[in-house]
Amino acid sequence: MRLSRRSQWFLRAGVGLTLAFIYIPLLVILIYAFNAGKTLSWPPDGLTLDWFGKAVDNSGARDAFVTSIKAATAATLIAIVLGTLASLAVSRFRFFGRETISFLVLIPIALPGIVTGLAINDTFTQILGVDLSLFTVIVGHATFCIVLVYNNVVARLRRVSTSLEEASADLGADPWQTFRRVTFPSMRTALVAGALLAFALSFDEIIVTRFTIGADLETLPIWIYNNLFRSNQLPIVNVVAVIVIVISVIPVYFANKLSQDVGGGGGRAGGAKPEPVAAESTAVP
Amino acid sequence: MRSKGGNPAKVAWLVIAGLLVFMLAFAAGCGSDDSTTADESSAPTEVGAPEGEVNLIGWAGYAEDGSTDPKVDWVTDFEKESGCNVNFKVAGTSDEMVELMRTGQYDGVSASGNATARLVEGGDVAPVNTDLVPNYATVFDDLKDQPYNTFDGVNYGIPHGRGANVLTWNTEAAPDIDGSTWAPLLDPEVASQYKGKLSVYDDPIYIADAALWLKAHQPDLGIDNPYELDEEQFNAAVDLLKQQRPNVGEYWSDFAKQISSFANGDVDVGTTWQYQYFTLKGEGDPVASTPASGGFLPEEDATGWSDTWMISNEAAHPNCMYLWMNHIISPEANAKVAAWFGEAPAQSKACPEFKNLDSAYFALPNQCEAYNADNPEFWKRVYYWETPLADCGDDRGDVCMDYNDWVSAWTEIKG
Amino acid sequence: MGRRLADLFHGRPRLQVGTLLAGPVGWLVIGYLGSLVIILITAFWGVNALSGELERNFTLDNFQTIVEEPVYRTIAGRTIAIAALVTVTDALLAFPIAFYMAKVASNRMKSVLVVAVLLPLWSSYLVKVYAWRTILSSGGILNEVLDPFGINGPGYGNVAVWLVMSYLWLPFMIIPIYAGLQRIPDSVISASEDLGASPWTTFRRVILPLAFPAVVAGSIFTFSLTLGDYITPALVSNNQFIGNVVYANIVNNQPLASAFVMVPVAVMIIYLLIARKLGAFEHL
Repeated sequence: MRLSRRSQWFLRAGVGLTLAFIYIPLLVILIYAFNAGKTLSWPPDGLTLDWFGKAVDNSGARDAFVTSIKAATAATLIAIVLGTLASLAVSRFRFFGRETISFLVLIPIALPGIVTGLAINDTFTQILGVDLSLFTVIVGHATFCIVLVYNNVVARLRRVSTSLEEASADLGADPWQTFRRVTFPSMRTALVAGALLAFALSFDEIIVTRFTIGADLETLPIWIYNNLFRSNQLPIVNVVAVIVIVISVIPVYFANKLSQDVGGGGGRAGGAKPEPVAAESTAVP
Repeated sequence: MRSKGGNPAKVAWLVIAGLLVFMLAFAAGCGSDDSTTADESSAPTEVGAPEGEVNLIGWAGYAEDGSTDPKVDWVTDFEKESGCNVNFKVAGTSDEMVELMRTGQYDGVSASGNATARLVEGGDVAPVNTDLVPNYATVFDDLKDQPYNTFDGVNYGIPHGRGANVLTWNTEAAPDIDGSTWAPLLDPEVASQYKGKLSVYDDPIYIADAALWLKAHQPDLGIDNPYELDEEQFNAAVDLLKQQRPNVGEYWSDFAKQISSFANGDVDVGTTWQYQYFTLKGEGDPVASTPASGGFLPEEDATGWSDTWMISNEAAHPNCMYLWMNHIISPEANAKVAAWFGEAPAQSKACPEFKNLDSAYFALPNQCEAYNADNPEFWKRVYYWETPLADCGDDRGDVCMDYNDWVSAWTEIKG
Repeated sequence: MGRRLADLFHGRPRLQVGTLLAGPVGWLVIGYLGSLVIILITAFWGVNALSGELERNFTLDNFQTIVEEPVYRTIAGRTIAIAALVTVTDALLAFPIAFYMAKVASNRMKSVLVVAVLLPLWSSYLVKVYAWRTILSSGGILNEVLDPFGINGPGYGNVAVWLVMSYLWLPFMIIPIYAGLQRIPDSVISASEDLGASPWTTFRRVILPLAFPAVVAGSIFTFSLTLGDYITPALVSNNQFIGNVVYANIVNNQPLASAFVMVPVAVMIIYLLIARKLGAFEHL
């Protein structure tokens, strides 16, 4: 698209401002990770690297980090499976109550976290009589993560024409083969996008987690919440936050790369593989 | 692959709906949260083998294991001796404590009076056999068999310690305050001088503080017990707090939040616990608190707390819990926590221990005298947190506001 | 094995649908929705003030309280208003960067920007809010920066909540808009230009309408996340939001909490219905 010099300038300014808005608070977190004082007063009392060492040593933080990774991974996997199943059903079939499915999956994330947390807590402790544990946390997270995968995949499946799948069936492939070789590749990037969001949401979730976690377990957000209470450990919390951000560049970058590979750039003709790109550009929204 | 669903899909939905209805009936019939009122015989007769861990809920600073300050620790030695690993969850308000206890996932809690009655009534805690807690014998007498820890003659907990809510202020920003009165918080005229700089405890129980003020300054209302207020008295207290609202800088329940607010200059005067005051002083902030010379009390007296360790009805580790209860009121540990938090110890034998504590504890060598640990007369001026009940407990009958009224009013006050 | 299954499923679309849906729908309806309905039913019950036990006698008192007491109306109004404000703010903030990412940036820049936008999602929600507390405090960065100009920062309060929430949910708005803009084929835009439209007109009459459903899709998240939050209002303001009232009452007066929670539930359902009408569901 041809933009005048002025428009381009404005656009870049807008982008710059937004990025500044996004990153200034993160810079503040970074500064406080080096804060020598124990409270969050500004300006910081002095700079030190001590807290980095303490954070790495802190077994509570390490355990919580691992727990969070486990929970988020499991929840994302469940969300991927359930979300894909639901989106396949909705986009490929017509049946009574089809419209309701989109609503249904959206509700856990649309309602206040407390309600979702309470509902899942009730289901487990009152109705099923199951103790709270990592399992209940995973189930809780998966419940509101389904929608993130579902929405992405359903949107993609709606735009990918079914002619390819029908052709595959006509050529003698069974449903599983068709799925594996035709449907799945076309929705893979949408799946990755949804999975990324789901993982991030689960990793950072606190409200529902508080209602579904056992007493002896801590995910990272719970650990942070508990340690924000102890002001002497405050800088460790900031350090942990910084470390998590830095580490997370890697998976985010790779996931993004993955979704780029299959011509996820959309709208651009030529260059990428013809198959999915053609499907996307012919399906005008 | 496209086709119409039609009737079978409808059937499927009907089945699901049926299952839902079944679940509802099941849940409705089954009842809500479990409610087994404990009977006297459920207190154990002996402490068995420790289970290896204990899950506790408590106020901040009640179970330090060296992670805040390596020299401040009364948990690690307990863990070594008993083999019970301590998992300690900090709660900011009594409501939180009640909520957590109701999950049944914790073994014990250091409950204040505005939680104890609810926990007992709700069947969440079990009676305590004080014979199994050897250190109980030497606890100060005026802490034993009190209405907040003994119900229908049955003992439900082990006293931990007691203290008063204190007035703290920034000496540079509010030089006129001397700690002799609660006026900077509760007198609308004086409070407006500090508009936007007040720090108030975020809990309905704070209404009692307003009632206490009215007891001293509006005696016609006839307020005696600030937790048992009839409608007229209650409304007066609520109105006072509504007048305070525009001057409030923050309502706090997270002590770290309050500490950072004082340090940042977001608030200049407020109601706190000694714990925050000590931390701020330790950081070098210019703060002062209702002075020890005045017994930590302004002239209108103060609300406070007397905490009790209670054991859950569903405790998974009851033996460890009994061992903990005995440990926390042992002379050395009780002295440590009383010094660190800033309260009067429950254990009479803790008094000689204070002068032996490390300087990291901020202990006063005469902590017991300074905090009036052995002075029952003094504590008549401190109104421990209690659970407001409809039954006024005197000749007025059942006309008092109950806890839910307090909660609703608090929502109204904060707006 | 695959063959056998294929034969089983062949010509039985309902079976296929049923199998596909059994998992997700089963859990969502029975495990989640069922409990939700139970919680909402408790809104019609009473409660024992002391023990917190539910008294299962039908009563409309809770709803009466919510409707009649002005404070609940104020709180609900405040929450909804700020949710709307946050949504609009995020839409305005997100659009330029999403547009740049989708249409102007090189492939490499696109990758970098996507990572840059998603990265904040990985820093803890609590830590971000505490950072904002520091920024907004009376001795904090914002006031320091504004001081030479003689202006006072907003401090804590509704403005602070608006700022922080707009900050927190921004990535949830950027990504759907970016995806939506990506879907607009360059050919459509070129066509508009070839027909003589200025960039502004192209934007206003071609791009915006095509991207609008995506904006609505993003708004579902910003709106609902703001509607239910209670941690941020507690940390950067003194004002209560719907979540705070629910949280405060959930221990002692669950019926009242359940009744009040009907408000955001109803609001979200209406919002979702409108969003669906606007075609947002295609763009989530």
